[in-house]
Amino acid sequence: MKHGVIAVACAAALATLLGAATPSLAKTLVYCSEGSPENFNPMLNTTGTTFDANRPVYNRLTEFRNGSTELTPGLAESWEVTEGGKVFTFHLRHGVKWQSNADFKPTRDFNADDVMFSFERQWKDSNPYHKVSGGGYDYFSDMDFPKLLSKIEKLDDFTVRFTLTEPQAPFLADLAMDFASIQSKEYADALLAAGKPELIDQVPIGTGPFQFVQYQRDATIRFRAFKGYWGPAPKIDSLVFSITKDAAVRLAKLRAGECQIMAFPALADLPAIRADASLTLMQQPGLNIGYLAFNVQKKPFDDVRVRQALSMAIDKKAILAAVYQGAGQPAKNLIPPTMWSYNDAVQDYPFDPEAARRKLAEAGLKDGFETDLWAMPVARPYNPDAKRIGEMMQSDLAKIGVKARIVSFEWGEYRKRAQAGEPQMVQLGWTGDNGDPDNFFTPLAGCHDGKPTVSNNAKWCDAEFDDLIGRAATIADQAARTTMYERAQVIMHEQAPFFMIAHSVVFMPMRKEVTGFKMSPFGTHQFDEVDLK
Amino acid sequence: MLRYLLRRVGLILPVFVAVTLLSFVLIRLVPGDPIEVRAGEHGIAPERLAELRHQFGLDQPLWQQFLHYEWQVAHGDLGVSLVTRRPVAAEFFTLFPATLELGLCAMVFAVVLGLPLGVLASVRRGSALDYGLMSAAVTGASMPIFWWGLMMILLFSVTLGWTPVSGRISDLFFVPPVTGFMLIDSLYSDDDGAFRSAVSHLILPAIVLGTIPLATIARMTRSSMLEVLGEDYIRTARAKGLSGTRVVVVHALRNALIPVVTVIGLQVGTLLGGAILTETIFSWPGVGHWLIESIQRRDYPVLQGGTLLIASLVMLVNLGVDVTYGFLNPRIRR
Repeated sequence: MKHGVIAVACAAALATLLGAATPSLAKTLVYCSEGSPENFNPMLNTTGTTFDANRPVYNRLTEFRNGSTELTPGLAESWEVTEGGKVFTFHLRHGVKWQSNADFKPTRDFNADDVMFSFERQWKDSNPYHKVSGGGYDYFSDMDFPKLLSKIEKLDDFTVRFTLTEPQAPFLADLAMDFASIQSKEYADALLAAGKPELIDQVPIGTGPFQFVQYQRDATIRFRAFKGYWGPAPKIDSLVFSITKDAAVRLAKLRAGECQIMAFPALADLPAIRADASLTLMQQPGLNIGYLAFNVQKKPFDDVRVRQALSMAIDKKAILAAVYQGAGQPAKNLIPPTMWSYNDAVQDYPFDPEAARRKLAEAGLKDGFETDLWAMPVARPYNPDAKRIGEMMQSDLAKIGVKARIVSFEWGEYRKRAQAGEPQMVQLGWTGDNGDPDNFFTPLAGCHDGKPTVSNNAKWCDAEFDDLIGRAATIADQAARTTMYERAQVIMHEQAPFFMIAHSVVFMPMRKEVTGFKMSPFGTHQFDEVDLK
Repeated sequence: MLRYLLRRVGLILPVFVAVTLLSFVLIRLVPGDPIEVRAGEHGIAPERLAELRHQFGLDQPLWQQFLHYEWQVAHGDLGVSLVTRRPVAAEFFTLFPATLELGLCAMVFAVVLGLPLGVLASVRRGSALDYGLMSAAVTGASMPIFWWGLMMILLFSVTLGWTPVSGRISDLFFVPPVTGFMLIDSLYSDDDGAFRSAVSHLILPAIVLGTIPLATIARMTRSSMLEVLGEDYIRTARAKGLSGTRVVVVHALRNALIPVVTVIGLQVGTLLGGAILTETIFSWPGVGHWLIESIQRRDYPVLQGGTLLIASLVMLVNLGVDVTYGFLNPRIRR
């Protein structure tokens, strides 16, 4: 009896201790994010995790409308494009306030000096910040900005002119990308004078909807709504990124109400999420492509008939059903169907092993051949299980006499070797950055001076195709560009340098009380319009 | 005693060098280049790759890199992270209090439960209770931490809703780090309930991390007690007519504890190893979590520095245990 009383008393004490240990704070949205940011400067990074953690703080000259690839004015209120698409003049927004923190109180609003600083930091060796925090501006280089930019001039405090070396249609969309975020020159100068320039990339000051409060490594990032924000005020008072790397734990937190929205659910958990009455599952086709590239510089893939034969030998539907489990749509073009200029008239190769066998015989390979088939060691947004896909392809190809050997390497090594052109057949993919078709065609299938670009894993160069995508990138008229890209897709289909596997669907689970969240086609996460019921 | 101490300290140096060498070599055996790992689908231009490799000294021959690293370490510099560009030592000491807090709580849990359970099993040797406890201990010692952690979360956090899922404190509390120990910092915080939240967040991870040491301590206590209980002096004590409790607690347990203390000391290594998994499951922002991430990112300086600091800690604890033993038992000083 005595023991019983003690046990009850202990249980009661524990319950009191643990019960209701939650503060009643203002409206706070907790987002279960998938990882820690590398720092707080999107110019220095290439990962979505870091971009997400920076987006609440910063703005860009142009912005993607939340949940779409459409461009809207950002810190630039308007712009003119002249001299055939080579000169872009931006008129900057007036009255845009900079955020502040304990060590920095801005004395002026945003102006052209900040724009000049943000681009010169990435571009010019002479800028005192160029080497700060390691000074690697990979995205700026990836987008070819060092070659593309001829000069940037401040015409007055609220007008900036960019002159390019050649016309570039996607330039406005490029400026809406995270690497083109605008930092405060006044803050930079103050930190430089204090001898702590690297703090600009650790304690960010921006003009965005949320102000950075605190980052606890591997645990939380805290923001609060920025009262001086120039755009519509956020509906929540605080935003917390609760860093939770394991997808199963993220889901457990979401179900327990410890966070209201979570990133990247595991595909296997989707049925359980759908069945949970307290959760909503948003989904959207991703701006991505998962493909199998045939290396056209290696035999027998230099013969278009072989590529076409293999394209007919693989059962795409079975792959979609078994591996993507409904979270993907079969692909027939390099760009996803949600992107403008998608050519729906292209007819995908049918799954027809008989026809494939005949085509191989035409190419003089009646008895088939041996090849390698590379499968990524990691799951990617566009390809959840490359090894399983590889096995399914292997079995399909065996039926037409093609013996494929599955090869895999550590992820970094895999890409390096693929880039070097080592594989005969390689699975890879891509997620779009700026919503422009050029962002798929040029890096994945383009050639410069007859040499394939770094990520052109098929090593395929076609003069007519390159001419089309090259010209399309330099003109501003979208209708004319569409015609060119449509034709380019026909050429690509005929030449079959890739077996297009799928465009995956991206999922976003959240609690029922979350409203106003829009899924970004780029797979990014943005919270300024989110509210809690 | 002084000679013994010097000999023990002298042994640490070669171990220290061996640890630096091993951590340096093993990490480089893992396929993948730290620069390329970060490139993503965009790939990286060969010139930029060469520039970055040069910047981080990765283009030098391995032996040169190693000598450079040893030289740095000898000067107390563990280098900077390739990813965050912050000093490795600073990052370690920011995160270490979280690991220490979790480890200490797990140890308290293991000792407070393990000792009495071991004693109970030994006293009731051969009974159903003994078999039950020891089967549970064998299960506990062989439990995969990852599975165990997820099961605990599913049961106590998701199904029953008794404990939070992960983290050190509710995300709604803003507790500025002063000591780095959440229990202490939250106690001084202005927020009502912050301390309770911190305690409730510690319960599951401490249980999960403490399970293996608990099982080991319980089994060790039982076997050591059984040995002692068969000694002549225990029979004498009983013959004197002392109460059963007094014989067990005062005469048997005190003597049986000596090997148990050694085992507890050795659990520090187990705890730090287990912390890597436990921290990953519970999103506990400690050094284990940090090391796992640096493996994925092939952040060589973090892995080398982190391993070295943890190894130093284990060596220090072992030295402490050895020296204490030297005091307690003069025979081993020879």
